[in-house]
Amino acid sequence: MTQQRVISRTSEDEVASEYKWGFETDIEADIAPKGLNEGIVRLISGKKNEPAWLLEWRLRAYRHWLSLGEHQPTWPMLDYPQIDYQDSHYYAAPASYKNQPNSLEEVDPELLAAFDKLGIPLAEREKLAGVAVDAVFDSVSVHTTFKDTLDKLGIIFCSFSEAAQKHPDLVKKYLGSVVPYTDNFYATLNSAVFSDGSFAYIPKGVKCPVPLMTYFRINAADTGQFERTLIIADEGASVSYLEGCTAPMRKSHQLHAAVVELIALDDAEIKYSTLQNWFPGDKEGRGGVFNFVTKRGKCAGRNSKISWTQVETGSAITWKYPSCILQGDNSVGEFYSVALVNNRQQADTGTKMIHIGKNTRSTIISKGISAGHGNGTYRGQVKIMPGAKNARNFTRCDSLLIGDQCGAHTVPYIEVRNPTARVEHEASTSKVSDDQLFYCLQRGISEEDARHMIINGFCRSIFQELPFEFAVEASQLLKVSLEGAVG
Amino acid sequence: MTTSPATVAIDRYRADHEELSRRLAGEAPWLRDLRQQAWAVFQDSGFPTATRGNERWKYTPVGALARTEFGYPFAGPGERIEAERLHHLDPWGPGWTTLFFMDGQFAPHLSFSHITEPGVTVSTLAEAMTREPALVQSHLGRLVDLTLDGFHALNTAFLTDGAVIHIPAGLDVASPIHCAFIASGAAAARSAAVYPRVLAVLGEGARATLVESYIGLAGASCFTDAIVEVSLDRGAKLDHYRLLMESAGSYHVGMTRVRQSAGSSYNATSFARGAALGRHDLHVALDGEGASCDLRGLYVTSGRQHIDHHIDVDHLQPNTRSTQYFKGILAGSSHAVFSGRVLVARGAQKSEAHQTDRNLLLSEGCEIDSKPSLEIYADDVQCTHGATAGSVADEELFYMRARGLDLETATRTLVRGFASEITDAITLAPLRAYLEAWITGSIPELHQGATV
Amino acid sequence: MATLLSIQDLHATVDGAEVLKGVNLTVNAGEVHAIMGPNGSGKSTLVNVLSGNPQYQVTGGSVEFGGRDLLAMLPEERARDGVFLAFQYPVELPGVRNWQFLKSAVDAVRKHRGQDELSIRQFDRIYEAKLKLVEIDAELMKRSVNEGFSGGEKKRNEMLQLLLLEPRLALLDETDSGLDIDALRVVAGAVNGYRGGDNAIVLVTHYQRLLDYIVPDFIHVLYDGRMVLSGGRELALELEAKGYDWVKEAVAAGR
Repeated sequence: MTQQRVISRTSEDEVASEYKWGFETDIEADIAPKGLNEGIVRLISGKKNEPAWLLEWRLRAYRHWLSLGEHQPTWPMLDYPQIDYQDSHYYAAPASYKNQPNSLEEVDPELLAAFDKLGIPLAEREKLAGVAVDAVFDSVSVHTTFKDTLDKLGIIFCSFSEAAQKHPDLVKKYLGSVVPYTDNFYATLNSAVFSDGSFAYIPKGVKCPVPLMTYFRINAADTGQFERTLIIADEGASVSYLEGCTAPMRKSHQLHAAVVELIALDDAEIKYSTLQNWFPGDKEGRGGVFNFVTKRGKCAGRNSKISWTQVETGSAITWKYPSCILQGDNSVGEFYSVALVNNRQQADTGTKMIHIGKNTRSTIISKGISAGHGNGTYRGQVKIMPGAKNARNFTRCDSLLIGDQCGAHTVPYIEVRNPTARVEHEASTSKVSDDQLFYCLQRGISEEDARHMIINGFCRSIFQELPFEFAVEASQLLKVSLEGAVG
Repeated sequence: MTTSPATVAIDRYRADHEELSRRLAGEAPWLRDLRQQAWAVFQDSGFPTATRGNERWKYTPVGALARTEFGYPFAGPGERIEAERLHHLDPWGPGWTTLFFMDGQFAPHLSFSHITEPGVTVSTLAEAMTREPALVQSHLGRLVDLTLDGFHALNTAFLTDGAVIHIPAGLDVASPIHCAFIASGAAAARSAAVYPRVLAVLGEGARATLVESYIGLAGASCFTDAIVEVSLDRGAKLDHYRLLMESAGSYHVGMTRVRQSAGSSYNATSFARGAALGRHDLHVALDGEGASCDLRGLYVTSGRQHIDHHIDVDHLQPNTRSTQYFKGILAGSSHAVFSGRVLVARGAQKSEAHQTDRNLLLSEGCEIDSKPSLEIYADDVQCTHGATAGSVADEELFYMRARGLDLETATRTLVRGFASEITDAITLAPLRAYLEAWITGSIPELHQGATV
Repeated sequence: MATLLSIQDLHATVDGAEVLKGVNLTVNAGEVHAIMGPNGSGKSTLVNVLSGNPQYQVTGGSVEFGGRDLLAMLPEERARDGVFLAFQYPVELPGVRNWQFLKSAVDAVRKHRGQDELSIRQFDRIYEAKLKLVEIDAELMKRSVNEGFSGGEKKRNEMLQLLLLEPRLALLDETDSGLDIDALRVVAGAVNGYRGGDNAIVLVTHYQRLLDYIVPDFIHVLYDGRMVLSGGRELALELEAKGYDWVKEAVAAGR
């Protein structure tokens, strides 16, 4: 274990500076040496004082990962170099938080300033914003706001590390129950080396009064970030969960492989919203985050509902399919997505809706925007199992192309094994039409505003699913991400 | 050491290939090289498997086929089958030009020509090799990528006979050309592996109609590995019908490769009813401005059948148009797959592509996997796709019952209506009548397995 | 009277085909001009060219608007400077809220005139009043621009925009087509309400029916890319009675 001061390796002029979240915070970090081996897995677990069963689980995952060889899946429409998994740090913590801070006063002012720049409501005053925040800086959860209110209702919202110690029964029961460590290459890797993340438990009958929010940020260089999030809504409970992500601009790629598991019991509802704005790399595709994320929710109970909303504007590579296993009868799964690629970005993203229970329903609305030399793929599976009587799915995928050097692809997998099911998929591909543009111009609106207005309109049905502040931010993200893209 | 069934099967293909090469000792050197090269590829790759990441074979269970020992029917059918026995089984129209192949061998006594236009070639491959050797050499195998999967290589390795159709520039051939591949079910040809091959070359502005049928007589249990290559020069037009009506114990894997030049048009309609495992890969390259294709199909499955369609259309040039419209009727514990892909290459602006797959599921236990995908690298395009799966609509059933029809009649009527959207578009009257009768005849069987 | 619009020998092409072959027209403030003519005579082309639709290429001639060279201006500059086109086929803007679209347009025009942007409340007051004038259901306006609107609703929405933007020159492209009698009354009411001494209207129509509601000062017949006849109100009645054939014949005879 070495302590090193992380300093900027990348000058601003090397990397395009449109990414306004790309500052780097100069704080001391507690970093594990590069490379992945059993010792590192033990070290991470030891750092967190984890119970023996959790270390055992990690080791099983690690051994399974070894058996997979270093081969990531080949089926996505993504083109990126083979990742050297030994050339990354698997643990980085701000050095001053080797012990968790107890109050905001103990938090490094540099770190607070960093979150301030991000516009994250971390401090007390931000409680007025009505959002409970858990912030994960590099791999460590640094602060959770709004604790008192949540405590009174019996809601647990804390870092994953804390949950593993304070609520081991819940963690042990549900960890890996939706995404087993054998699920896929990246989930397996995450299971072995995950460092921290958020944990939430909403007890029976409780409607969480504020949205819960986690803000993720990668700061240290050459660091992989592997968070693990676990959210459980007990019978009749409901919660809205928000997730935001940013990273500094770096010339080299950063690896991010997170796992999110959601469990909704009878009559419970979980709404999970993401604004993903990891550094996308510069115009020539240098740098940027490789984002390989496994997100899956299980509607375990009757009448439960899980809704995913995502706005994906960041990352050099995005590989992500937030999914729903609709096990309980009458359960509902939803997926609303805007995925934007510009410059050299590539995204292969979509969802899986696995209908198992009777009368299960799912809706998929996906909006892809491709600009520059970006390539965006919607990949989605709708699977109706033989027992899913009267299951319903509706899928709509629209792609908007801006410029003639980008690509937009749609790859749905529709698998129906029950004749009473009804599954509909429709998709279209278009560009901003000259007629639409002229109509706006004829009303005095500038071309840039008209384009932004039309693109926002294209995404409107998704933004509507977001909490208001998030929707405003999402619209801004689109605008900034598309600057310089011509039609 | 135990010998697996798959190894036994491969050994048989190898022995047959060696025997065939001996028998064909005098063939043209280039053809011999092609066959040897193909065999080397097959030996290397074997049959494709649905391993992780092999998207093209994700849904197709090739295992049973790979484990079964099929042999090249050196002896032929062993008995003569007369035309009367075939006429009610195979579509037939007065004035059609027909080439019959029985268990992989050309059957001259069943074949006849009504072609009056001069310069047109409709013959067996063997005959074409002497009549138009340059044409055959320059086109045969040109559109086939041997390395794509083992089936392409295997067909080419056993390439012996087939049909060659050449319509010179400007000719409009009135007589529909029918290539019929019959599995006789005769004892001598049980467990036969046959390798039909069709090459169709249409010159500038030429027009023709091609009917390609695969018919299994009772008791036949064979493996058909077919390749059709179609090359359309500028402004040429081909109407192409494909009928898959192999017997219930058969395996069929067929590949059609089409290359279209500017302004040409290719209209294909396929019907798939027969074979235990039936797969058709159709790949159209729109390689000239203004080229267009219209691909339609109906698949009707029952029992434990598996019927698979893989349709690829590449828009390589601007102003190209394509339509894919496929419908499926599934009963029993059958499994159908539709995998359609549209590629619009960079620069293929103003292209238009529409892709639709609709499925009617009639019973518990059947499964449809539909994968209509778009891959688009140009912005000024119009591309849509859609897929649906579901049973006969309750409201439609109710409407008919409210008018006095019983449930069974109402269901049959709706199923027929569902199919008629494809059959109504057929301009070849004898074929339309044949297929309508065939669908109507299939419905009771489908309905028996139905639970809805 | 001040000359608002002056068109001199205007030539224009669409996809390489010449559609306008030397159009001349002068419009003064306070006037209403109706342009009639058979299908394909160039009526829609004329108003689209005046609005700067990039699908049309000007190949000759000049246009002055309020003393400025109209043809040198971008489409949005023309709009801000007071040229309004009521589209024959208003496009749909999926997901773009009507309200937001209208406020953006009004703000753009106001900014050009050196006025402040309206606050949401100020805008709402004006907006709601004008909505009543064109008899549009406020619920309808919660939808995206023109999306799922009937033909008549689209045209009323065009009139709403006319009233909100208060242009100096309104170009009405077949605003009466596809309208039932009630919608026609509403559309005409909006146009007549807007009509004043400082502005002018050029309306393009195929039928004289609209002219019963919006009475023009001048009527011109555009045929084969040229103005072939001009007159007063009575010309419309004559066209209605006799059709366009006699015009065609007269033109043919005159050549």
